[in-house]
Amino acid sequence: MTALSVSSPRSIAWPAILKEAAITAFVALLLTVPLVGLRTVDRPTGLGLETRWAEVAAAVGLVFLGRLGLCLIRDGQPTVVLVLAAAATAAGFLIQMPTEALRVILIAGGAIIAIRAAIAIRTGRSKLSQAERDQRMDRIAAKVQHASRWLGPIAVVVALAFPMTPLADRQLLDIGILLLTYIMLGWGLNIVVGLAGLLDLGYVAFYAVGAYSYALLAHYFGLSFWVCLPLAGLLAAGSGVLLGFPVLRLRGDYFAIVTLGFGEIIRIILVNWYQFTGGPNGISGIPRPSFFGVADFVRSPPEGTLAFHEMFGLEFSPLHRIVFLYYLILVLALVVNVFTLRIRKLPLGRAWEALREDDIACASLGINRTNMKLAAFAIAAMFGGFAGSFFATRQGFISPESFTFIESAIILAIVVLGGMGSQIGVVVATLLVIGLPEAFRELADYRMLAFGMGMVLIMLWRPRGLLAHRDPTILLYGRNGKGAGGAAAGTAAAGGQGIAGGRAK
Amino acid sequence: MTDLSMTKTPLLTVEHLTMRFGGLVANSDVSFVANNAEITAIIGPNGAGKTTLFNCITGFYTPTVGRLTLRHPDGKEFLLERMPGYRISQQASVARTFQNIRLFGGMSVLENLVVAQHNKLIRASGFSIAGLLGLPSYRKAESEAIDLAKYWLDRVRLLDFADWSAGNLPYGAQRRLEIARAMCTEPVLLCLDEPAAGLNPRESGELAELLTFIRDDHKTGVLLIEHDMSVVMRISDHVVVLDYGRKISDGDPAFVKNDPAVIRAYLGEDEDAELPAEVANDLPEVAQNDVKRAEEGA
Repeated sequence: MTALSVSSPRSIAWPAILKEAAITAFVALLLTVPLVGLRTVDRPTGLGLETRWAEVAAAVGLVFLGRLGLCLIRDGQPTVVLVLAAAATAAGFLIQMPTEALRVILIAGGAIIAIRAAIAIRTGRSKLSQAERDQRMDRIAAKVQHASRWLGPIAVVVALAFPMTPLADRQLLDIGILLLTYIMLGWGLNIVVGLAGLLDLGYVAFYAVGAYSYALLAHYFGLSFWVCLPLAGLLAAGSGVLLGFPVLRLRGDYFAIVTLGFGEIIRIILVNWYQFTGGPNGISGIPRPSFFGVADFVRSPPEGTLAFHEMFGLEFSPLHRIVFLYYLILVLALVVNVFTLRIRKLPLGRAWEALREDDIACASLGINRTNMKLAAFAIAAMFGGFAGSFFATRQGFISPESFTFIESAIILAIVVLGGMGSQIGVVVATLLVIGLPEAFRELADYRMLAFGMGMVLIMLWRPRGLLAHRDPTILLYGRNGKGAGGAAAGTAAAGGQGIAGGRAK
Repeated sequence: MTDLSMTKTPLLTVEHLTMRFGGLVANSDVSFVANNAEITAIIGPNGAGKTTLFNCITGFYTPTVGRLTLRHPDGKEFLLERMPGYRISQQASVARTFQNIRLFGGMSVLENLVVAQHNKLIRASGFSIAGLLGLPSYRKAESEAIDLAKYWLDRVRLLDFADWSAGNLPYGAQRRLEIARAMCTEPVLLCLDEPAAGLNPRESGELAELLTFIRDDHKTGVLLIEHDMSVVMRISDHVVVLDYGRKISDGDPAFVKNDPAVIRAYLGEDEDAELPAEVANDLPEVAQNDVKRAEEGA
């Protein structure tokens, strides 16, 4: 019914719609010719160019049709578009396209347009306003935040039980370890970026310090993982303080630039100090972790030592070590999470958040800003160091290649996408940023394109992160008491309009 | 109120304060005394250097020349110009508010007031270690902090809004909250930078009451920059007038109100007095000519 009421008043302005679709298709043409149409190939005669005009034509055609669909939704024909878009999605599954990527674009594009059309049919409008969308997303974020009180423990139980299920093969466990490593790094960086509001672009430096601390201590002094883990944390924290002292007086962009530089300096030192660090060749043969120094994960242990499977009377399986690593990183990550959740409710954590909100006001309240920021920096660096030494012992081999700027950027992207300061947001964002590319490995090069597109979309729809929602750390009237509504509605705006509005007056 | 001489002790002594920014002299040789448990107002036209003076007192600027002595009622003395910014609040117990409100907008009203008690609490939390372990000593300190916050929230009539986001409060409430936050640091000197700016008459009336309450019941000295003369003249015990960075008048409100230097600064020069005698004598004639010409034109 609503669809009818929308479609009746306006007739379709075909020329305008065709023009709009043609313009969009032209933009797509400009973009796809260099990106898709031309490809360099290695030929015996040298580097050659290969052209792929069929793909370009298909992409431009899809863009044209997609825009046409969007225009028709706007002009009150959502039902027709819904049917066509759904058909296109189905066709994507059935027919063979020139490339896999085009098929994905067809399916995803068709699905997006179909959803838009469905929303238009339900609400009678082609588009929600920005404010409405924000409000909806904020409500969802608040719900997720509240749900995380019981969702969190469930997730932990699932994560704990996962290796015992028959699902847990080598590949899935490896992906699990990878995800947990990034979750831990995300939670660590969240302390600096999310709570203290310091934009750290060089977090990977501390990850590298931790990894190399363990690798070098094991290599030169033969120290075991369990001795090196705290040492790596301490060394990383130390380097955090070392960097922090001169840098923390800088603000905003300048701070970000210096941390970026620091990240690169560490990497370049690792590359160039080859006598000590092995240079670009890295360090191999890093000892694997033992079972808390008691037993090793090997088939036949050397004389006088114990093997894990012997100790527990199990059949030897190479999976034991993977499962152990999985639990190890799970525990490490949970330590970071519990720490963050607790520190938020302590004066130190509140001071961090206050610094993020307004550091001049903090000075006027007698808060020693340098010490607070240093503490945030050192603690986050320590967790980065733990993660680093875990990474070293898992891989058994490290080289400076693993600690490039792109790693920092990915970790930062996880924190920002998840919603700064949101613990559950980090988990969701890690699943998106690390999990999805892993899941869509067959898309090969296009997965980075899809990743970039996802980032752009999130920044357009939800600039403050997917689950940006802040719950107060103390409530006078409890969760459902006086002003709970105001607080919930308030946090949504507080990051931006609330403050800006208040100041502008 | 038993011993008047007690309340008349000097709290803040400003001597020969000069603040230069390159060639610009924002304050030049300003000296005055603010007494304990009194409201001292600093007034002056825009750009007179009032906020610069505040920034020097609260440690945001280091004065070029001059001495700022803060004498606590218990006799402790602090030389403010030698202390780094945050210590002035932490040790010398000077609190301030800002001309453009600086609340922690994303945090709740109650959190704003608890953050203000940071130094007390971080010691009680054993620099977070006792807090992380959840020791009872910290929990006790925190509940005391919340009690103090509740006391001040009640005073500024924001108790019902304790769990709101500070950024979502109406403007007047934000002003009151900022004062409550400053008072939660338990200061001996409270510096307020235009607290009545943007308030309606009813709200500024309440503000005046709040400030007299702070002065009389908490024996806190108040240093007040304000443009709203109705507030200044009603509650101040002592008024200091600045113009172009210099002190031009200093005394009780009645004296300052009638001081010709102050009137000149606010209303401009008395033109007749300044003109040379021959010009002044010609003026009526010129005026008549003007009138005539206008009539002819019509």
